[in-house]
This record gives sequence, structure tokens and C-alpha cells, in this order.
Amino acid sequence: MAAFIVRRLIQATLVMLVVALIAFLLFNYVGDPINNMVGQDTSAVEREQLREQLGLNDPFYIQFGRFVEHILEGNFGRSYRQSRPVEDMIADYLPATLELAVVSAMMALVFGVAMGVYTALKRYSAFSQVLMTVSLIGVSLPTFLIGIILIQIFAVELHWLPPQGRVGGEDDLVHIGWWTTGLLSWEGWRRIILPAITLGLFQMTLIMRLVRAEMLEVLRTDFIKFARARGLSDRSVHFGHALKNTLVPVITITGLQFGTIIAFAIITERVFNWPGVGQMFLDAVIHVDIPVMAAYLVLIAMVFVVVNLVVDILYFVVDPRLRVERSTTGH
Amino acid sequence: MALLEVDNLRVEFPTRRGTLVAVDDVSFAIDEGEVLGVVGESGAGKSLTGTAIIGLLEPPGRVAGGEIRLEGKRIDKLPPDQMRRIRGAKIGAIFQDPLTSLNPLYRIGTQIVETVLTHTDLTPTKARMRALELLKEVGIPAAEHRIDHYPHQLSGGMRQRVVIALALCANPRLIIADEPTTALDVSIQAQILALLRRLGRDHGTAVMLVTHDMGVIAETAHRVAVMYAGRIAEIGAVRQVVGRPRHPYTVGLMGSIPAVGRDQERLTQIDGAMPRLTDIPRGCAFNPRCPHAFDRCFADRPDPIAMADGKVACWRFDQAEAAAEVGHA
Repeated sequence: MAAFIVRRLIQATLVMLVVALIAFLLFNYVGDPINNMVGQDTSAVEREQLREQLGLNDPFYIQFGRFVEHILEGNFGRSYRQSRPVEDMIADYLPATLELAVVSAMMALVFGVAMGVYTALKRYSAFSQVLMTVSLIGVSLPTFLIGIILIQIFAVELHWLPPQGRVGGEDDLVHIGWWTTGLLSWEGWRRIILPAITLGLFQMTLIMRLVRAEMLEVLRTDFIKFARARGLSDRSVHFGHALKNTLVPVITITGLQFGTIIAFAIITERVFNWPGVGQMFLDAVIHVDIPVMAAYLVLIAMVFVVVNLVVDILYFVVDPRLRVERSTTGH
Repeated sequence: MALLEVDNLRVEFPTRRGTLVAVDDVSFAIDEGEVLGVVGESGAGKSLTGTAIIGLLEPPGRVAGGEIRLEGKRIDKLPPDQMRRIRGAKIGAIFQDPLTSLNPLYRIGTQIVETVLTHTDLTPTKARMRALELLKEVGIPAAEHRIDHYPHQLSGGMRQRVVIALALCANPRLIIADEPTTALDVSIQAQILALLRRLGRDHGTAVMLVTHDMGVIAETAHRVAVMYAGRIAEIGAVRQVVGRPRHPYTVGLMGSIPAVGRDQERLTQIDGAMPRLTDIPRGCAFNPRCPHAFDRCFADRPDPIAMADGKVACWRFDQAEAAAEVGHA
């Protein structure tokens, strides 16, 4: 298992290097960095000095090495627009996105698994049919439309929940070190519900359909029949034996979808005016703020890589067949 | 009173194109400590009979008629929760493929302890001791070590022993073993069969041994029921059925088994195939393949006719026919 993790870490490092290379190319070859930094009245000599000073005349690989080194130090450069360190901006925006992503992923997982198990066990019940039909809508409607519909219903018509933003006032936000959380206040929870549903609906229906299909598959296996023949209770058969055997694919999809949730948060954050890294990225794109865009790229790639690694390790936890044999088999 | 009595059992599968009768009018009984072999081709209804007894027919399959009695009490109409308490506690079951009968994600000890705890009031510590005993009883070497293994770490024969241990958790009165040795090597097969026989001898456990292998039956069972197209063709003591088969189908089955030391030019085989459930012929289901079929076989279905030491569902053994045949001669 250790060898496997080391191998995966090497792979992850390679992936991150490739992403860093793309970010670096973006940085250096989309437009002229000097042009982006100085005013129109800067002289050619001054520009050349700055170029030399920033190391832009060094060979390609030295510049790339320096770029990677900076990333490792947590130094993503300065934002052109806000002229402050990009890492500070990320520290400002990331907690909002991560909280939204985690809440919506949890929601998708809990409700998705519950509904998947239900629709598998009560296949022919009317409620299952309703869930299956509604889930089709969840899979096929675009995120922004779901968001707008939810705002229309729950904020505009019913006035139950606020339509946008992460907090009502500064009091709702609690600082823990550099991390800011809205989840310690009632208002914060009220505001996260609609965007979390919007962001997680697709994942929820996906997980539900996956769990349902896997459950139906597992319920047909011999060991489930044998578990029944042993007189185990339905609860133990369904949840102890069947559900656990559906976990490997569910973990895979949930893990991959978590990356997608963070990446797709851009749209949801826009619709709900949620102050997360997605909004930060959109602003950066509009104003060609290359360092911010490059940092966002590296950040998202890192989320995917870390999540994949965690998923791979979870396989070992769930499925003993993947673990190293402690003894050989014999007749 | 026999331990298990099955009377006129009928299992149906409603389908869009009408109702399929997979098990029809099957009656037999098993005594304490007795091994009853149930033999037949695939689709003869032998496994379904076993599944119906433990109440695990897959819907839409259902018991449509007849009675199943265990220790004199009807069990075929029990509510699911009561039936569940009988499964594992009074009737144990073993299925064909030991490789897939165990949940791959749990240690074998965990699975045994879980079953023991379901059927007894033992504490978890005592249940684990019971699990160890069971593993030793079914002949697993180094049980203290094996108990913490996962199924994939054991060989097929070992896994089938674990499956038997699981079926034995609550000392059931009856074990339904559905092709328990089909997936195993011949040498392992003999060991497993010996184990099943020993259970009957030592604990008075009855065994219903479902198989398509006449050799296994001859070696293990006391009595045997031969099934064909959902019905019992012949039932009786092993010596009788194997040694002097009466039903033409049984005769054919016996002719198809190679025997060492028997001077035999070639194996005979029964022409044709067992009819599908959708088109069982009128009269005796075996009539298209029967070398002895006569008018009555194409008109009426024969019910099992009681003989001195068993029953045969064949018109040739009907008293009236027998008399007529004598008259002819």
C-alpha cells in the first residue's frame, strides 16, 4: 500500500508540474506582463529595466523553475488589478467557496445515498417513480436556471430565504485565523441553503441514480441471498451488506464530483453573488488579471489531485481485496 | 412425524405470456438425520423447491399451492419476519458457489459472529468463541488464525466450509444444500460431502441435497427424489433408485453415468432435451423422450404411484396398466 501511495504521489506531482507549466505559459505568453503592469507613459528603457529586474530575459527553464519555486512558497505574484498578493486574495475568497462546496457535497451525498437506497429497495413504489422522474430534471436542467428558479420561488415569492450573498452583516462572519466562516451563524446557514442546493442538485441526482443501480446489482448477488438465508434482518442485509458493497463506485464519483463542484461553483457563485474564488476568477478573466487566473488554475488542479488521492486511499479502507495479503491462500 | 413435510408444493412465475409452473405438485418428507438427494437437470425445479422451503423465492415467483411443514408447523404462510427467524435458526442453507456466497468486505469471523448474534442471546465475546468452535467443527485448520481472514484469502474448499459453518450457526434442524460441491475440485468435494453426512450422524441434522450429479447422490444420500420438468418422477431409497431405477427417465440418467468396472461399450444418453416451462407437453412431461410411451402417457399426467419402497410417476407402474400388461402377455 505504501508503494502504491508513493506511486500516486509521484503521478500527482507530475500532473501538478504540467498544470504549473500551463499556468506559467499563460502568465508569460498571453499578452506582455510588462504592459499589464506599467502605465502607457513608461519609457522603453524603464520597461527593459523592469524586464531585467523581473527576470523575464532569463531562459525559459530558469523562469519556469522560479515560477514553481514561488508556487511552492505560496507566492502567486501580485494581482494586476488589486495590486496585492494573489495568495491573500485566495485566502479571502477560498473559505466561501470551500464552505459552499462542502455543504453542497454533503447534502448531495446524504440525500443522494438515502434516495438511491430507497428507490432501489422500494423499486415499484409510487414515490420511487416520482423521485426517478424528478431526478431526470435535476440531471438535465442547467445550474444557473435552477438557481434562478430557486431564487424566484424561495426568495422573491415566499420570502423564506435571502436571495444572495454569504452574510447579512459583518457579525455573521466568524474569523478563525485567516479562515472566515459563515457556518457559525444562523444567517450564514440561511444564505448557504439555496446556493448549496443549486450547486449540489446535479450531484445529488447523479449519486442517487448511481447508488440505485449499484444497489440493484448487489442485491442480486449470491452473498446477499446467502445473508438472507442466514436469517439476518433486512436492515442488516440492506445497509450492512448491500450498501457497503456499493461504496467503491460511490466514493469514486463523489470524489470526482467534488472537484467538479468547486469548478462549477463559478456559475452558482455568480447567480447568488457568493464571494468565492469563482467570482474572483470571473473578475480576473474580465480584467485579464493573469496572475489570479494562473493561481486559480493551479488551485483547482490541486483540489482535483488531492481529492483523487484521497479517493484512492479510501478504496483500501473499504475493500480488503485491494490490501496487501497478510498471508498466502492455500487449500 | 417427519422433520420436514412438503405436500403438493406448487411454485408459479406469473409472466406477461401467462403463468409458468416451475414446481408442480411436489411432495416429499425428510426425517431427522436423513439426507435426501434431489436430482434433476437444470430447470427441473429442484433449486426452486429448496428456495421455496426457505421462503426466499424472488418475486414474482410465489408458492401458489400446497403446504410446507417443519416439525409439524406450517411455514409457507408465515409473515416475512417470522420466516426470517426460522431461516438460519431452524433451516440453514448452502448455495452453489462458495466463492460468491460470502460478503467480500467482511472478515469471516465477523460474518459468523453476526449470524450467531442474530439467532442467539450470546455476548459478542461468547459469539466469537462459538465462531471458533464452528470453524473447527467444519475442519478449518488454524481456525484461530483463519477467523480474521477475508473471504478472498481462503481457497474455494475453505470458503465452502465457512459457508457450512455459517449455515450451522444456530444448530439448524435442516440444511438445504444447493449444489454444495459443484464448484469444487473432486477431492474437496468428497470432504465436503463427508462433512454433510457427519452432521446428520452427529447432530441429527437433516439435509436436503440438491444436485445434478447422480454420483454425489449415490455417495451421500439415504433417499433420492428425481425431478423432471417441475415434478417428481421417482422417489425412493438410494439403493432402489440408483440400483433398480423404474422411471424411464431415471433409467436414462443411470445409463449416462460412466461406471468403473462395469463392462459397458458406450454410455447411453437420453435423446432430446427437457421441455421448457412454456411448452410442457400434455400428459406425461417425459413422453417425447420416453422409449416406452403409450397412449395414456400422451393423454393424462401420471401422479406418483406408491410402490413397495418409493413412488414412481409413470403409467407403466399403474396397477391397472400392470394388470393389462400381464393380460397381454
